[in-house]
Amino acid sequence: MHDAPTGPGLLEAAFVFLAAAVIAAPIAKRLGLGSVLGYLFAGVIIGPQALGLIGDAATSEGLRQAAEFGIVIMLFLIGLELQPARLWAMRTSILGMGGAHVLLSGLALAGVGIMAFGLSWQMALAIGLALAQSSTAIVLTSLRERGLVGTDAGRASFSILLFQDMAIIPKLALFPLLATLPVAGAGEAGGHGGGVLAGQPVWVQALAIVAAVGGVVAAGRLVLRPVFRWIARSGLHEIFTAFALALVVGVALLMQSVGLSAALGAFVAGVVLADSEFRHEIEGDIDPFRGLLLGLFFITVGASIDLALVLREPLLILGIALGAIAVKALAGFLVALAFRHRLADAGFIGLALAESGEFALVLFSVSLAGGILAPAYAPVLTAAVVVSMMLTPLLVIAATTLSQRLLGAAQAGARAPDVEEGRPDVIVAGYGRFGQAVGRLLAAMGQSVSVLDHDADQVELLRGFGRKVNYGDALRLDLLRLAGAGEAKLLVVAIDDRDKATELVEIARRAFPHLKIAARAYDRRHAYELMALGVEALERETFAAGARLGVKALRLLGKPAYKAERAGRIFTRFDEKLLEEMFAHWRTLPFGEYQRIVRDRTALEEELFRRDTAAFTVAADVDEAWDAEAREGPEPDASR
Amino acid sequence: MPQRLLLLFAHPAYHRSRANRALRVAAEGVAGVTVHDLYETYPDFLIDVEAEQARLSAHDVIVVQHPFYWYSAPAIVKEWLDLVLTNGWAFGPGGTALAGKTWMQAITAGGADAAYAPEGLNRFTLAELLRPFEATAHLCGCRWAPPFLLTASRKQPAEALIAQAGAYRARLEALIAGEAA
Repeated sequence: MHDAPTGPGLLEAAFVFLAAAVIAAPIAKRLGLGSVLGYLFAGVIIGPQALGLIGDAATSEGLRQAAEFGIVIMLFLIGLELQPARLWAMRTSILGMGGAHVLLSGLALAGVGIMAFGLSWQMALAIGLALAQSSTAIVLTSLRERGLVGTDAGRASFSILLFQDMAIIPKLALFPLLATLPVAGAGEAGGHGGGVLAGQPVWVQALAIVAAVGGVVAAGRLVLRPVFRWIARSGLHEIFTAFALALVVGVALLMQSVGLSAALGAFVAGVVLADSEFRHEIEGDIDPFRGLLLGLFFITVGASIDLALVLREPLLILGIALGAIAVKALAGFLVALAFRHRLADAGFIGLALAESGEFALVLFSVSLAGGILAPAYAPVLTAAVVVSMMLTPLLVIAATTLSQRLLGAAQAGARAPDVEEGRPDVIVAGYGRFGQAVGRLLAAMGQSVSVLDHDADQVELLRGFGRKVNYGDALRLDLLRLAGAGEAKLLVVAIDDRDKATELVEIARRAFPHLKIAARAYDRRHAYELMALGVEALERETFAAGARLGVKALRLLGKPAYKAERAGRIFTRFDEKLLEEMFAHWRTLPFGEYQRIVRDRTALEEELFRRDTAAFTVAADVDEAWDAEAREGPEPDASR
Repeated sequence: MPQRLLLLFAHPAYHRSRANRALRVAAEGVAGVTVHDLYETYPDFLIDVEAEQARLSAHDVIVVQHPFYWYSAPAIVKEWLDLVLTNGWAFGPGGTALAGKTWMQAITAGGADAAYAPEGLNRFTLAELLRPFEATAHLCGCRWAPPFLLTASRKQPAEALIAQAGAYRARLEALIAGEAA
């Protein structure tokens, strides 16, 4: 069971690794740091520097190769998940901004490396391009937690991160060209060269590569899919997984034999299988391997961190980390501005993506093995990247604060409210999807409509279409007056923020008592608030649309058109009556009883369903009028 | 030359109808008949006037089939008449779009024949009760064909309905063949 007397055997090592992963990853996620950092710290802790639980195992060749296999699988999955059509649609943001970001930050960092540290340009470039990789996992998690994914800045960040994921492939392909040191061992996951044709002239090698890639593509189209189908039919699921893994390994080996890196070969295999019908199944089967093997990879990286060095040179490491962050932040900021993002968004993008992430570690590992990076620099750089990753959540917070600061500045200084004085019949506050529908209808019916919107981008956009839109915060009394609220007949509150909408109604009721208000209600409860304020008309923003889709759904289910239409209308009328009834209760019931119902969403829904079944069915039976049987009753006897 | 026949069908609850269903199914089997279900096409009563006028122009015979609700047609037929037969198109100066076309009403009624008589429950004959439609057709320059009448609709057993359907089919085929009555 035990082999070498110096360290634990394979089973012990496996247990240690798995236990470390199980403990560390969830803790790290809970702290908002991402599982990658968890693995890294687990590695540090169990490595020879701290607990020493794995001793030699950390540097053993077998484990390292297993871990690097994780990188191979990761690239296979990247190739598999590639969707050329969708990527092409996003090409400006992904390729344009993403490419610019990678290039600018990579080159800038390389420049610093050359000038400040006297590195050769090849090594500096490799380090620069490696550090240019931001931390996709941590940034995306942070964005999602803060609900920023849908914003302009969030989307732009996502595009750049997506590009960075893909940029690994050309980097892996090109890095070997930067090799200036002797290669540690031939046929590593990242190294080129070597292989069967090592001694042949370049054109033969190139031809072999083309043939190999072409062969894989051809095999993919002609052979792979029928084989997968045949296996799928056999019903042996594990064989399916085994074949997928064998495929990845096989193609990787093939690529290695003609001098390409295994990782790149796996990427090609992934792309070939990307539009087969088995894509999702393969993804699902192989993904756990990726997760675990990459975890193993990061644990080994963590274990190989020279803790003594870190404790000896904290300032150097911190300095490198912060320096790289500063350079990348500036580069990102400039790129975002160049792609016409506004100041606040550019600030966000620059800061949020300023860290160096897990892929930098991957590239370092590849560079070390491929004779591109001097072993002496690896520990410092690795430590700096880990520090950088730890700072990522903080960077996202800083980015959010900065962008809000810049936004505030932009609004206060550069963009003063821009409201034309006027005497319209109608003021529409908020000109998004909802406001536009109301405003367009009113304008088309000849009403004089003045529009107020708070989103500078939206105002610009609409003005570009020739719409008359005023820029300003509709909650400001002076702007409302300027826009003509004093003399107007109607205020349409179409703001999407429900609390601001309520506030605006309160303001308008107080300041302009004769102004009628038609309001957009976020939901039933918001409707009650607005009704309590005495708005003359309101419409819940999604109910009508839902009911209409319900009507279309009924037709799709085969119901006759008129029956579906009437059902929809009856249902709508019925629900609106219910809204009023329950509002009356809301006012009269002791606080608590009805508030409980309203607050407790489940109770509310149950109440609605109960009333639906009881009353609605009756209402819908109006159809009975058209049934000759029901309508005419007993047949009138003509002879009488 | 075979005539193109447009069947304007109006029943707000087709799924509940027996007599109209039997007639319509028969009509669908006749070559040269275009069945146009008004309630199905315009559940919201928003009649597309241009489309309707184009449809009318493309046919030579207009058959309006419906249950005889309150001595008239279901509401959508009235909406259709009000909106589609415009002054200057269907009638009035320059309104010759429908001139010379044949117009036939095909109705199902609950009452028995005897009820539609001066001494009967309904006090008037069917011919009298159908005058508004006849007048409409006349004003539009159409030839008023004798209406197809299916009376005592609720009392018709299955075989009788089949027979009625057959008679209906024969009428439609005659109209398509261009026969006068």
